[in-house]
Amino acid sequence: MDTAMIEARDLKRTYKAKGKSIEAVRGVDLSVRAGEIVGFLGPNGAGKTTTLKMLCTLLEPTGGTAVVAGHDLRGDPVGVRRAIGYVSQAGSTAPEARAGEEIVSHAKLYGIDPKTAEARARKLLADLDLADVWDRNCGSLSGGQRRRLDIVMGLIHEPKLVFLDEPSTGLDPQSRANLWTHIRKLRDEMGTTVFITTHYMDEADSLSDRILIIDQGKIVAEGTPAELKKRVSGDTITLTLRRAEDAVEAAGVAGMLPGADVPVADGHIVRFHVPDGGSALPVLLAEFTKAGIEAIGVEVNRPTLDDVFLTLTGRSLRE
Amino acid sequence: MTFFSDTWTVFTRAMRLSLRQPMWVAIGVLQPILYLTLFGPLLVPLANAPGFPPGDAWTVFVPGLLVQLGIFGGAFVGFGIIAEWRSGVIDRELVSPASRTALITGRVLRDVVVLVVQAIILIVCALFFGLRVPVGAAVLGIIMIGLLGAAFSYFSYSAGLAMKSEDAFAPLVNMVSLPILLLSGILLPMSLAPQWLQLLSDVNPFKHIVNAVRALFRGEVGTFEVGLGLMLALILIALGAWAGKRVFELQTK
Repeated sequence: MDTAMIEARDLKRTYKAKGKSIEAVRGVDLSVRAGEIVGFLGPNGAGKTTTLKMLCTLLEPTGGTAVVAGHDLRGDPVGVRRAIGYVSQAGSTAPEARAGEEIVSHAKLYGIDPKTAEARARKLLADLDLADVWDRNCGSLSGGQRRRLDIVMGLIHEPKLVFLDEPSTGLDPQSRANLWTHIRKLRDEMGTTVFITTHYMDEADSLSDRILIIDQGKIVAEGTPAELKKRVSGDTITLTLRRAEDAVEAAGVAGMLPGADVPVADGHIVRFHVPDGGSALPVLLAEFTKAGIEAIGVEVNRPTLDDVFLTLTGRSLRE
Repeated sequence: MTFFSDTWTVFTRAMRLSLRQPMWVAIGVLQPILYLTLFGPLLVPLANAPGFPPGDAWTVFVPGLLVQLGIFGGAFVGFGIIAEWRSGVIDRELVSPASRTALITGRVLRDVVVLVVQAIILIVCALFFGLRVPVGAAVLGIIMIGLLGAAFSYFSYSAGLAMKSEDAFAPLVNMVSLPILLLSGILLPMSLAPQWLQLLSDVNPFKHIVNAVRALFRGEVGTFEVGLGLMLALILIALGAWAGKRVFELQTK
């Protein structure tokens, strides 16, 4: 059984502006399996939205191939459109239109009869805590409600694969957390494959089974959040010692740990990196006891995806 | 066929939204009524002047107003599609399997329905001023105005969606519609114009459409003038529909 949901090879997009051509996406290879939640992480302008729009048939690639939900992107764009849902960061509804009518009208474009559409829409709205918005104007909804309404619009035809473009941008922390719960439910309860772009590290970190990192139009890393963090920078261990003269000796002991880099001693403080801080710490403290070194403080910092990005590209995601 | 059902879906959605904003429809019809009231009476004594085309002032003037309604009713709809694009509605529809031509044609149909309602209101008002027109001729006239309005809607949506900026679109509409208006003899018949101006207006297809509606209102149905106007209107619609389809396709290029 073929469980690939997206299979893209050397996908490229070049824009022409004022006689110059700009390579927004410079050869992206990516695979997404059915039932995965994949986070597509990168700074603004990295090519996230361009890649997403290509996979959604909203933008023709200038090079490369892709099979999305079993349909060839170039050969059968209508087949792709039938199978996918797309939730844009720009929204999907007219402010003066009523929520329920927008959903049913959208469903009709997929050939769904209004009765089925309404039944599905009411259920989806209830699932996303929007049960009472049916007759309300879309423009009168809050930012978080509108974003969830966009998701309902994108799911009304029960797509196998849904693309979410920066779904939590502009939402308050509580709405974001709610949204994440709903996105997880999508996969857990309906088996929907979710492809989500974000420039928030915490979002990619907490939602995704797997993360793809894109920078300057190319995929620069991929893996589970844990793998990525482990592979790239490791955990930071910061030791505070009772006596400054112990620091040099402590640094020597720490440097012997498997996989550790060269520790840096600064007064009472020693700082170094190991691949897995949690398992290194008991070993280290046992060694200290043997050597008569007294540590009065120990801190293990897990790397964030921002550290990962910084190590990979030399630039911060926040730039 | 999916084209027809998609067109119907887009049309009903657009129509519903228009009916929620009856103010705009009212404002649209108010303008020609102002012309009818405040400018029409000036033409009555002119109707006997040399060079004035056959027919009384109202059978000359009302067709002009109808064409003006068609041109301006259609020309400004592009603003609406820029707003729709900005709110994500266009991308949402493009990512659906709907026919690209249906997405624009459904909206054009809505504009035609609004236009036809406005045209009927205008003709009924003109009857009170003294317009005398056979019912059949009025119906044919309204059909031609509907065709003209549809062509303008297609062009306006194409330009609006291609430009995506109200600031660029507004000057374009003014630049295009003003010469069309002046050179089609809407307010005063071109037969009053000096020869160079007449020659200039001869290449303006809209003048021939105005003339065709005027001929219809005089009760001349089977004449060359009417045939020419109808043919021009159909050509314009075909060009507009082609441009609209092309622009919608280019959105994903």
